Amino acid sequence: MRVGVDLELCQGHGVCESEAPEVFELAKSRKVVVLDPSPGEEHRSEVEAAVRYCPTAALRIIEED
Amino acid sequence: MTIAIDLREPRRVSGGEGETGHLEELRTDPIALMERVRAECGDVGIFRLADRDVVLATGAEANEFFFRAPEELLDQAEAYPFMTPVFGEGVVFDASPERRREMLHNQALRDKFMRGHAATIADEVDRMVAGWDTEGEIDLLDWFAELTIYTSSACLVGKRFREELDKRFAELYHDLEQGTDAIAYVDPYAPIESFRKRDAARVGLVELVEAIMAKRAAEPKPADDDRDLLDVLMSISNEDGTPRFLADEVTGMFISMMFAGHHTTSGTAAWTLVELLSHPDQLAGVGTELGELYADGAEVSYQALRAMPRLEGAIKEALRLHPPLILLLRVAKEDVECDGYLIRAGQMVGASPAVSNRIPEDFPDADSFVPERYLDPREEDRANPWTWIPFGAGRHRCVGAAFAMMQLKAIFSVLLLDWEFELAQPADSYRNDHSKMVVQMEQPCRVRYRRRADARSAS
Repeated sequence: MRVGVDLELCQGHGVCESEAPEVFELAKSRKVVVLDPSPGEEHRSEVEAAVRYCPTAALRIIEED
Repeated sequence: MTIAIDLREPRRVSGGEGETGHLEELRTDPIALMERVRAECGDVGIFRLADRDVVLATGAEANEFFFRAPEELLDQAEAYPFMTPVFGEGVVFDASPERRREMLHNQALRDKFMRGHAATIADEVDRMVAGWDTEGEIDLLDWFAELTIYTSSACLVGKRFREELDKRFAELYHDLEQGTDAIAYVDPYAPIESFRKRDAARVGLVELVEAIMAKRAAEPKPADDDRDLLDVLMSISNEDGTPRFLADEVTGMFISMMFAGHHTTSGTAAWTLVELLSHPDQLAGVGTELGELYADGAEVSYQALRAMPRLEGAIKEALRLHPPLILLLRVAKEDVECDGYLIRAGQMVGASPAVSNRIPEDFPDADSFVPERYLDPREEDRANPWTWIPFGAGRHRCVGAAFAMMQLKAIFSVLLLDWEFELAQPADSYRNDHSKMVVQMEQPCRVRYRRRADARSAS
């Protein structure tokens, strides 16, 4: 899977960072930085939680086939 | 930006033939006006507000355009002329609205502060109910408006400042909120009673803050840990040693910080209670949920941050049916396309939570109170990010949304665990007063309370 971010929507709440700290980090700019744009399957449940609980719906998972 | 040449002009809604267009209708029955725009014109239609067109967007596609548009395209600052006299003309902020919002977010609304805020809020509710008898009656608007003055001042400015406030501050603040008549689109200083009271209230608030500042200046400095935002502002000097911030500017800053979270939270608390009391089965479900969560004597500060699906569903339904902001506005800075329609530079553009939240295709049984619609797998709020919009959406989504939900959960944890309530008026007599841009519950809006036999504390 790949992680997609819409930076126009990100407000820097940092929920994704709490849910999946190995994949997301809140930068000084107060916007999310994706540390690992293609996280392994072992991170799937955290990344799904990050996508789900993002207050501004700025994140999505893009499945690769 | 290049604009396609085959764009349609939005239709104009019926009515509004007079000189001020649909202003009178906006001041008396704004939701009927906006629903008519959607019924007659579709997702994008126009009504007239004094000398300006308002292009009203409803539905997912048009709303997505509205909420995604950058500030350079749809400008927020110009759209709310009725707020300038409330915050104070000439109050100079060192930062743009965007930057100020970010600062507020960083300082007070970050996740790590939430637990402390939850404890503060529970404490404020305890203090308010400490004045109650074992049974009695309250007015929902007066009571929740006063409570949320204390909670928002304590959480956003600081506890030292909150301790200086009493009912007077809440009453003056109410006059400010009532000074948001849409007549401001013709003249923000029109000689009408609500504007006169608004201006007197602002003067009164500045006097209260000035007295607090004078008292602090004469006292020894507090310990660093006790300092609140007012202490910080008072410690900043100009190069010549004079204070950087005077009472007028400080008051303006506090008014604007508290504004977004005050009438909104107060009104939602009132509507959540009225809806629950009108739906006893839902109230019973929430009671069971709270009973289980707090069975082992858990602190509100801890539980209010955890999931409460039934109470959250009730709050979200109150927000969907009775959104505190019914019309969000911007000004178009250039010609732009919205969902196949042309919006011209200079036109105002609006989105309406009151209309979009009740679109039946997105929210089955749209006019009914159905908290179950938020449970897995329906999750109609997440499924409709551009039409479930009590907090707005996208880049301008309310930064205080998580704080607001936590606050409402904390308030109802305390109230419903220890007290029983019942409507003191017919259920259909509770309604919003739409005569001002700041919507509040119309008075009277009374409920009765009675202390529960199994209340937790014996205070």
